[in-house]
Amino acid sequence: MKSSFFHNKYKGIVIGGSAGSFKPITKLLADLPKDFPIPIFLCLHRLKHVRHGFIEALSIKSSKPIFEPLDKELVRPGMVYLAPANYHLCIELGNTVSLSTEGLINNSRPAIDLTFKTAAYVYKEKLIGILFSGANKDGALGMKAIKDKGGVTIIQDPEESMMNTMPQSAKQVTEIDFCLEAEKITNFLLDLYKAYQK
Amino acid sequence: MQRDIEIAELRRLTQYIDDNFDYDFKNYAMSSFTRRVRRVIELYKFTSVEALIKKFKNDPAFFQEFVSEITVNVTEMFRDPTFWSSLRDEIIPEVIKEHRKISIWHAGCSSGEEVISMCILLKELNCLESATIVATDIDQSIINKAKKASFSSKNMELNKQNYERYGGKHDFLSYFVEDNGFFYIKPELIERVSFRVQDLVKGNPFSKFDLILCRNVMIYFNQTLQNEVLKKLHGSLFKYGNLAIGSKESLIWCDIANKFVVVNNEEKIYKKIKD
Ligand SMILES: C[S@@+](CC[C@H](N)C(=O)[O-])C[C@H]1O[C@@H](n2cnc3c(N)ncnc32)[C@H](O)[C@@H]1O
Repeated sequence: MKSSFFHNKYKGIVIGGSAGSFKPITKLLADLPKDFPIPIFLCLHRLKHVRHGFIEALSIKSSKPIFEPLDKELVRPGMVYLAPANYHLCIELGNTVSLSTEGLINNSRPAIDLTFKTAAYVYKEKLIGILFSGANKDGALGMKAIKDKGGVTIIQDPEESMMNTMPQSAKQVTEIDFCLEAEKITNFLLDLYKAYQK
Repeated sequence: MQRDIEIAELRRLTQYIDDNFDYDFKNYAMSSFTRRVRRVIELYKFTSVEALIKKFKNDPAFFQEFVSEITVNVTEMFRDPTFWSSLRDEIIPEVIKEHRKISIWHAGCSSGEEVISMCILLKELNCLESATIVATDIDQSIINKAKKASFSSKNMELNKQNYERYGGKHDFLSYFVEDNGFFYIKPELIERVSFRVQDLVKGNPFSKFDLILCRNVMIYFNQTLQNEVLKKLHGSLFKYGNLAIGSKESLIWCDIANKFVVVNNEEKIYKKIKD
């Protein structure tokens, strides 16, 4: 892999997924070291009425602190922030997140496009966007925004994805830096982790 | 409009609005406000923020339409069902027991779903007659809609599900009259509600309440404005009155947080303990 990607300047990682993404994402979170320094923002399609249980399910195997942020919460290194049910999660200038009940986007709230676009606006080239399996197009335009601002785009290999519409749609609208199997995505982040250890 | 809206453009817009219409959007949360402005620009096919300002100059009446479009009106009846059951089981019975009556303010009531939920809840607790309710919003057209209290059948399914999750024991739809695909709330249920236009930013406290609901309104404000508005809400509560904010909002980083105690952290219900 191109070594130019492995530096310690990243400010955030956004991860999106829908149907078929829960398993690989849980695995990814389980494999990340507890002190993995870059804040991670997860936007996953989820049932709007089930406020509880999701965090617990994601946390079972992970040593990382995963939680749903409150509106205007300060972003801290090493944390994993999950978009709450029925709210859009946005990244704000000034190192905070905000929540919003704006209408559905791509039939979704939270919408991956919105999390990705707002993160791209704030973090620009210091952002990594990762899109996993899913059965709709949410996230594609978000990935484009990330690429347009100079960030890094990674999709789960459509061959491996349980539902490939989501990674495939991203590929259709923008340049994808890495198309990887889930395990390789984890390796990518572990290599990155090493860059932060130096 | 393809390119990003610049911060300087937004400043010109909010300054123009403040100077000419006496509304202050300067401290609305940046990312959502920018998206809403962009939405208006696209909806009306303006070419830029400048073009929008020009429209205000030529057609000041357009401003009310702008306010309607800029505000986010998404709402549901019995949104967060467990919030409503804690009002029913803990908060409201306590106030009624103490005072035999209750005054309630819905600040940022949108199209009234929250108000309807409250009226149904009070009715089922047999204390609707003991309540005075004021419901306000910045947006005149959404207040008109709330007064009409008619809901399209496509939203009623969700409202009904929420009611059931809240543990409602009645036939939910019996509170409404159906006509032509719309459900109208029975007038006697909301006859005690006074709907008014009120701006939380420029307006001042106008009365005192036992319970204020201001849910999913301050998420559209930045922290400076959240602080200011919280002071006004505080000033509008009787001592030991209750304040409910959205389930993903927080008071802890506000200046006057110490004048409240948490009653229910999960549902974000607070009690004023100091003047
Ligand atoms: C998302 S809705 C919340 C509706 C309801 N409280 C709920 O939680 O379902 C937000 C409402 O706040 C209103 N709002 C925004 N700015 C306001 C202001 N400065 N003063 C009063 N209301 C405002 C909007 O017009 C909108 O109807």
